[in-house]
Amino acid sequence: MNETPLAKPAAAWPMYRALVGIGMLCGLLIVFVYAGTRPVIEANRAAALERAVFAVLPAATTRRTFVLTAEGGFERTAETRGELIHAGFDQAGTLVGVAIEASGMGYADTIGLLYGYAPERDAIVGMQVLTSKETPGLGNKIETDPDFLANFDALDVRLDDSGTSVLNPIETVKQGKKTDAWQLDGITGATVSSKAIGNILAASSSRWVPLIKQRRADLDAGVINEGS
Amino acid sequence: MKALDPTPSTPTDEFIKGLWRENPVFVQVLGMCPVLAVTNSAINAIAMGLATTFVMLMSNTLVSSLRHFIPKQVRIATYILIIATFVTIVDYAIEAISLDLHKALGAFISLIVVNCLILGRAEAFASKHSVGYAMLDGLGMGVGFTLALLCLGGVREILGNGSLFGVALFPAGFEPWVVMILPGGGFFTLAGWLLLINHLQRRRQQASAGMQEVAR
Repeated sequence: MNETPLAKPAAAWPMYRALVGIGMLCGLLIVFVYAGTRPVIEANRAAALERAVFAVLPAATTRRTFVLTAEGGFERTAETRGELIHAGFDQAGTLVGVAIEASGMGYADTIGLLYGYAPERDAIVGMQVLTSKETPGLGNKIETDPDFLANFDALDVRLDDSGTSVLNPIETVKQGKKTDAWQLDGITGATVSSKAIGNILAASSSRWVPLIKQRRADLDAGVINEGS
Repeated sequence: MKALDPTPSTPTDEFIKGLWRENPVFVQVLGMCPVLAVTNSAINAIAMGLATTFVMLMSNTLVSSLRHFIPKQVRIATYILIIATFVTIVDYAIEAISLDLHKALGAFISLIVVNCLILGRAEAFASKHSVGYAMLDGLGMGVGFTLALLCLGGVREILGNGSLFGVALFPAGFEPWVVMILPGGGFFTLAGWLLLINHLQRRRQQASAGMQEVAR
């Protein structure tokens, strides 16, 4: 019986050499470009954040950044890292709201957003998506759908009697089924993405709203101490 | 793919073939995902076209330079690695140039990696030709791709938004055809362009056949 001769196996070394060598070259290229573009990208992001703060707090004319201290209070800071919130003040120096960054898992990747919380109204009064890779044409409606964005005209986040937790956590309902002020009208065709926004806001507001309410004086003092 | 790559004649021919005779969109019908998805405005179309051109030029150059070093068993994995590297570089560059543009192009920048046009040119042309020809092929195909995207983006923005490059073209009473900037509009516009180009090419062939008939 004749046996079919096996094909001679390819030499492994040239394959390792090509893959590892080109992999290293590509890695070096990426690191080099990343290091070169990082300062510019960070400056762009800072400028975009500045614009977004005034978009989610339209009544604000100035903003100041505060960091959450280990004691649970707020301090003025010029840092860009840490647990930061951006307080917006009107021309008279009165606090009109606080812009808070939040993020969470969407359909495709992490969604980063900024929302404005107005302590006087006990409500979220604006929201802008900062980073998103949701499906173009479907998931990215969270940034463009006017009916969805109308949810953030006044989204109720009032606290319970103890003042330590949100009375009615934000929840996302099917499009057109919103009945209460703390509900988000979802988007048909972008169900996962619109639910993700609701979940991100629910988690973030349940943490930040009680803190801001309790330490509101820190934010006011930050302006008074500065003398502006 | 091989049939579309005649033996290189002149460097000029290698460059211009991608503009018309072998246009990646209107003739080869490759890379349709970005063609249909990001051409809702002229500026998005140009940005995506230039990003793809850069990736194709650089990947063709590197693939051609290393073609004797890459064993055929791992060539596709290596080409993807090279293409993904240049896409990452383009991603950083666009984010540094304009955050708004980066946001508008969204996930489609990353998806340049899986654009079959780029891998197709690397496999069918760059891996078999010298660096100079590979660069000209990448540049020509990239420019052809960009022009095709601009053709679609321009028409869609004019009809769907009443503007071109953000400049309003019509009086206030103009009612935009919103469908043209929605996904369906991409298919309608592409169909229109393909119809026109096929018609022109058929007429050209008929004219050429007529000339030969007369010559006999």
